[in-house]
Amino acid sequence: MKERTLESAVGLFMLCGFAALVYLALQLGEVSFLRQGSTWEVKAEFDNVAGVKEGAAVQVAGVTVGEVVDIALSDREAALLSLRLDKKVKVPVDTIASVKSQGIIGDKYIQLNLGGDDELFKPGETIRETESSVDIESLISKFAFGSAK
Amino acid sequence: MSAAIEFDRVVKTFAKSGGGVQTVLDGVSFTIPRGKTTVIAGGSGQGKSVTLKLVLGLVRADSGRVLVHGRDITRAGGRELEEVRSQFGVLFQGSALFDSLTVFENVALPLRERTAKSEEEIRLLVAASLRQFELAGHEDKYPAQLSGGMQKRVGLARAMQLKPSIMLFDEPTTGLDPVMTREIYHLFARTQAEFGFTSVIVSHDIPKIFNLADQVIILHRGQMDVFSSPEAIQWSEKPHIREFVKMTMGDIYQSSVVEK
Amino acid sequence: MVVPSQQDFGIPRSFPPCTALQPTFAMTSNPLARLGNTGLYLLCDLGKMTLFLGKAVRGVFRRPFRFRELLRQVHFIGFGSLAVIFFTAASTGMVLGLQGYYSLNKFGAEGMLGSAVSLTLIMELGPVLTALMVAGRAGSAMCAELGIMRISEQIDALDCMAVDPFRYFITPKFLAAIISVPLLTAVFDVVGIAGGYVAGVGLMGVSPGSYFQGMEGSVTNHDIRLGIIKSFVFALLVVWICTGRGYFVREIRGAGFGAESVSRVTTQAVVLSSIAVLVFDYLLTAVLL
Repeated sequence: MKERTLESAVGLFMLCGFAALVYLALQLGEVSFLRQGSTWEVKAEFDNVAGVKEGAAVQVAGVTVGEVVDIALSDREAALLSLRLDKKVKVPVDTIASVKSQGIIGDKYIQLNLGGDDELFKPGETIRETESSVDIESLISKFAFGSAK
Repeated sequence: MSAAIEFDRVVKTFAKSGGGVQTVLDGVSFTIPRGKTTVIAGGSGQGKSVTLKLVLGLVRADSGRVLVHGRDITRAGGRELEEVRSQFGVLFQGSALFDSLTVFENVALPLRERTAKSEEEIRLLVAASLRQFELAGHEDKYPAQLSGGMQKRVGLARAMQLKPSIMLFDEPTTGLDPVMTREIYHLFARTQAEFGFTSVIVSHDIPKIFNLADQVIILHRGQMDVFSSPEAIQWSEKPHIREFVKMTMGDIYQSSVVEK
Repeated sequence: MVVPSQQDFGIPRSFPPCTALQPTFAMTSNPLARLGNTGLYLLCDLGKMTLFLGKAVRGVFRRPFRFRELLRQVHFIGFGSLAVIFFTAASTGMVLGLQGYYSLNKFGAEGMLGSAVSLTLIMELGPVLTALMVAGRAGSAMCAELGIMRISEQIDALDCMAVDPFRYFITPKFLAAIISVPLLTAVFDVVGIAGGYVAGVGLMGVSPGSYFQGMEGSVTNHDIRLGIIKSFVFALLVVWICTGRGYFVREIRGAGFGAESVSRVTTQAVVLSSIAVLVFDYLLTAVLL
């Protein structure tokens, strides 16, 4: 009898622990292997991606549809991001990708303004029409001292 | 070869807490014969317990050899030490029963860990030995629920499980009342007659313990004096032995009267 | 027959136990010698602890493995700590939620609350506070248990029965801690995030959507991995220091004797393991972040 309670208690504890771990991994960490099958990747080239981190969200109209999986330097010395997107998201070739931030000091994310073209990007292709990070310092100095310059 | 245990010029020192070095054993040599009972006596702090720990390999000698059935335990390590130790049964001063295990589990421990016996066989063996030590009915109690005398008997039962060829007793009667003490001595005599092991008893229960002894070793200031019988102690010329005798002599007669 | 003892060649048979390195009278008047003596003692102590860890690891490979004992220890360390972890995590999460709200409110960035609370919990407070709680609750008990087993000669008894005390009951404690602490940390994180939700969303009126959105957007796999690595390392540190101190209770300088030595060494073990957790927290963050 006593052995039974011991085993059930340990079982309960393990269950709680693993449930918490799974919640953290799936809900927050976005374990990629689970979604591998239903995603595809497209690249996007920016002049400046300061502040964008791996794992940053990719949004369409405010809805998160994917994440940044890689940040590298392209051949022509610009920033090349790899975006992993949901299979359901179709990206027309006249789409514009821009770096946005959530509030002034919030995290950076990538926003896709989907175009209207019938032709779509294929996996691995590169979006070239992009808007880079807004440099807040230069923005502020332009606002404050712009007229003086 | 008739020696069960042989000390060959063993030196053991400890650092004193106030600084300096205390020599506990200063080049001591003696032998403990097989199948006999040897009592190691001496005042407190004269190294009685250290001698036992040397035999068990729990403490290593600074120099010299300790031979157990001809094998040098001071140089043994790992597997060899385990082999030598498996010939020993030890009854510790405080019985050293495992607090978290019941009486049954304590006695079964050596069988479970050191033999390939089935649980059923172990159950029968333990039950038999608990009956032998008059512990039947206490299987499911924890050591803390037992009296001192019963704890000693459980400790003895546990030590006997693997049929050791040498039994070591560290202060077996400390903390027991006279009735219990006598009971323990009877138990010794009985079990030794039955199993024929070599027994080494470390004790300061001086006159009474001599009733059991075939050989007596008295430790004094790092030296040992070996006597072939308790009576031989009385005829010793050495001043510290004479003093020792003077201190305990009267009690021998008195205690043997009490024993009768 | 003349057998040359090893001392004849000037080589001591074995190293003296660390307590043997007591300061002598001559040394006490010489501060430099006293410093050297203390240094040697600490080095010797560290060496023994390393050997202890090695033996505990070796115990994993020794048969028969005591699964039941492992289960008992997971029950004690893991299940037994659930309640204290739950309350610590809930209050920590709620405080973080309130504090975070007041700080972020000044910048109009309440949307960051979820992200702030979850990152703090996952990377820092979760692993550290869980380890400290386990050290205080289970570590102290393990240390006292081993200390008592040492002074009542139970460990010697195991040695004499040729039963490896490491395989028998020390290694199961190591494994149980290494299994339990990361799971407790995960529970801590989740309960803490819920606590932050209650305080931030429930009391302060941050929108639930932005709380979770901010959290999911900013927590990366790397952060979670860092938290888990930390909790493994902390588990090992706590169980190592606590069992090791108990095991060597007789050889620790200044511990005294008997019951008093166990109480002193237990206090020492909890303090040491807490400090080790905090130091390693900084080191791991610096190296892995």
